[in-house]
Amino acid sequence: MAKITLKGLRHSYMPNPSKPADYALQELNVDWEDGGAYALLGPSGCGKTTLLNIISGLLTPSHGEILFDDEDVTRMQPDERHIAQVFQFPVVYDTMTVYDNLAFPLRNRGVPEPEVDKRVREIADMIDLTETLQNRAAGLTADGKQKISLGRGLVRSDVNVIMFDEPLTVIDPHLKWQLRSKLKELHQRVKTTMIYVTHDQTEALTFADKVVVMKDGQVVQIGTPVELFERPQHTFVGHFIGSPGMNVLPCEVRGGQAFFEGEPVATWNAVHAKEGAKLEVGVRPEFVSFSEKGLAVEITKVSDAGRFQIVDTRKGGRSIKLLVPDGAEIPEKHAHVSFKTDHTQVYSDGWLVTGGE
Amino acid sequence: MRNLSRFVPALYILFLLLPIYWLVNMSFKTTNEILGDFTLWPREFTLENYITIFTDPTWYMGYVNSLAYVSINTVLSVAVALPAAYAFSRYRFLGDKHLFFWLLTNRMAPPAVFALPFFQLYSAVGLFDTYWAVALAHTLFNIPLAVWILEGFMSGVPKELDETAYVDGYSFPRFFIKIFIPTIAAGIGVAAFFCFMFSWVELLLAKTLTAVDAKPIAATMTRTASTSGYDLGLLAAAGTLTIIPGAIVIYFVRNYIARGFALGRV
Amino acid sequence: MGKIENQKAWFFVLPVLFLVAFNALIPLMTVVNYSVQETFGDNTFFWAGLMWFEEVLLSERFHASLMRQMIFTFSILAIEIPLGVAIALTMPRKGPWVPVCLVLMALPLLIPWNVVGAMWNIFALPDIGLLGRTLNAIGFDYNFTRQPGDAWFTMILMDVWHWTSLVVLLAYAGLVSIPDAYYQAAKIDGAKPFAIFRYIQLPKMKRVLTIAVLLRFMDSFMIYTEPFVLTGGGPGNSTTLLSIDLVKIALGQFDLGPAAAMSLIYFLIILAMSWVFYTVMMRNEAK
Repeated sequence: MAKITLKGLRHSYMPNPSKPADYALQELNVDWEDGGAYALLGPSGCGKTTLLNIISGLLTPSHGEILFDDEDVTRMQPDERHIAQVFQFPVVYDTMTVYDNLAFPLRNRGVPEPEVDKRVREIADMIDLTETLQNRAAGLTADGKQKISLGRGLVRSDVNVIMFDEPLTVIDPHLKWQLRSKLKELHQRVKTTMIYVTHDQTEALTFADKVVVMKDGQVVQIGTPVELFERPQHTFVGHFIGSPGMNVLPCEVRGGQAFFEGEPVATWNAVHAKEGAKLEVGVRPEFVSFSEKGLAVEITKVSDAGRFQIVDTRKGGRSIKLLVPDGAEIPEKHAHVSFKTDHTQVYSDGWLVTGGE
Repeated sequence: MRNLSRFVPALYILFLLLPIYWLVNMSFKTTNEILGDFTLWPREFTLENYITIFTDPTWYMGYVNSLAYVSINTVLSVAVALPAAYAFSRYRFLGDKHLFFWLLTNRMAPPAVFALPFFQLYSAVGLFDTYWAVALAHTLFNIPLAVWILEGFMSGVPKELDETAYVDGYSFPRFFIKIFIPTIAAGIGVAAFFCFMFSWVELLLAKTLTAVDAKPIAATMTRTASTSGYDLGLLAAAGTLTIIPGAIVIYFVRNYIARGFALGRV
Repeated sequence: MGKIENQKAWFFVLPVLFLVAFNALIPLMTVVNYSVQETFGDNTFFWAGLMWFEEVLLSERFHASLMRQMIFTFSILAIEIPLGVAIALTMPRKGPWVPVCLVLMALPLLIPWNVVGAMWNIFALPDIGLLGRTLNAIGFDYNFTRQPGDAWFTMILMDVWHWTSLVVLLAYAGLVSIPDAYYQAAKIDGAKPFAIFRYIQLPKMKRVLTIAVLLRFMDSFMIYTEPFVLTGGGPGNSTTLLSIDLVKIALGQFDLGPAAAMSLIYFLIILAMSWVFYTVMMRNEAK
């Protein structure tokens, strides 16, 4: 178990990177606490796998360093870093039994056989594989194989961090939920630092204490699931997380007041906004409601999403979505909506406007 | 260790090239030099041997003959293997597994076993000493191979492709030619490569089934060696020239070689 | 992947069936026909029953050829398969050298078989050949046209030269199909190079190696042209393999009955052994 520090980390696959676009990974400074559960979330090609491979040592970064418990491991081989990784597609040693698969990392490190046996049985019990210990690993289902991959990480007592690279990709949907809660439970039991890479917000938000949201090789926000939801630092986060995503509307700010389509919109941070940039106002559908006064909108569609109804409305060619509880009354065609002021914020060039500067 | 292991492929390739080098080396030597001195490269460099081959019809027609029956065989084998491979990859039908297995057993038939019966068969049907005799005889082992390779590639194409085409109103022949064949073009290339290869290198049947008009170049070599004395330079030049078509063909399919050898079934 | 049941598929198979049947069944029937008849060379035939089969199976000549054939086939398998795997393992996985290596390695496979024989003949001749001359120069008394041991050495070396590349290419195809994640996982699990070979590479190469062993077994059992051109079966009968012997009997002596019986026995041996190889290897797979 270890604390992980990334200092001034940057990576480019090109030999002589010059402009920022040459970097697959933009400069990054992060501290991950010992025993935490973290997720790296972002769309495909955002650099999250690059980052993962740098941490595991399969890739050496072009700039910056990685510290495990303040020890520089940047140039170390994967096996010297004491890490474990679960890959997107299950990697098991086909010809071995489940038992031998789990024992493999220990035997490679010359652990005495009685100790191996004890650890393997302990871990097999933890991940519910005791019954199948003597079966050939090749015969297992995808979720069983992923459990073995995970088990191979857990058996080792020296593991600093376990990493997951979209581990649920090939798992049947009805088993995904099961495996996910198993992971969460295991994390609470073994308290190893875990890093979980995914493009699925549900997986990230349910697994992690802290989520790192990435876009185009850049970290746009690091925060708890609640922070990501309530205070998206970037319109991308607002849009990418949440279902449906945040409403983002172009606006202008005059005298500390935001205006959308000429009508005033109450926000908590418009006073700090400066002119000259692309300004937008963002509000999650959860914080939009029908009201007597406010923005006049036209309702275009109502869809039922279980406990909620998603209402699509339009104003001036822009779509504004809102969530209303199931069974609530929805006006026929024309209505007024209002936003909750302390959850309505102004973004400047995509970034949240704050009072600091 | 890492650096040492780099030498293994290099050494192996050197081993492969040595006999070829010796053949090429000899083809540029005069008979006197070959028999008289032991020289690592030609002292009296001569193109005499090549000139003989390109001016004497009994020599150069050998190449024409070989290329003719190899081409006929390749086209024929792939053409008939295509629909059969499609049937095996897409449908179940009575006896399909047995038929497939029986086809493959023909790949295990020693040409030596078939030499004499083939001679009688093709004499009886009047095809003896024609391109067609050799081309047809070589289908014995090339068709099973082509069916096997193509079936492997076709099974890799999802069935939905066929279904989508029918939904879009394609008739079967039109679908097969316009959509399916382009999709498995790589597989056809690999199958054609193997047909070419085995037809080009086989000699026992080719020699048995020809006398004068369709005699392959490789057979011309053996006969010349015995009739016109031991003219090694000429023999070496002829041998060198038989390597060239193969080398050209490999160069074209170099990116598919590894995959083709795995027959799409790994 | 359920296939559709469709008897009309037979029409697709008909051309293949017709051509292969023409080439396989008629000659095979001719062979069977000869194998049970006796002739005195005047185109009259008599029923001979299993006489020829008995004669062939009991003849020392056949035993000797079969024995030589077995020794040859198992020697080249024992050399080519491990050597081919070793070379495939040391080949680069990617980069500009890969196609160059592949093309050069595939070269021997596309040389007509009698040219292979002729080339090795010239290469190994003790007076004018590079190999023969060199071996003699460094102190070996080497002459493959006179000494059976040298003839065998040359014949096996020639086959290794000719066909190891096939094993290399097949094994290489198996190796490159292994996803990177396997190597990464092994690295993380601290596996040593031998463990990587034993538990990742070998299992993944198993299918292609099965194909390699089968092909090399079949083809080496049928080999005719290369050794015939190299040594003519000699010196004496020392390198007379089954095919060479068969052709001598059939086309040389025109002993149709024994030749036909021998052909059938020969063919059946290949079929039976291929089947045994295949089942044993596939059974290991299933276990």
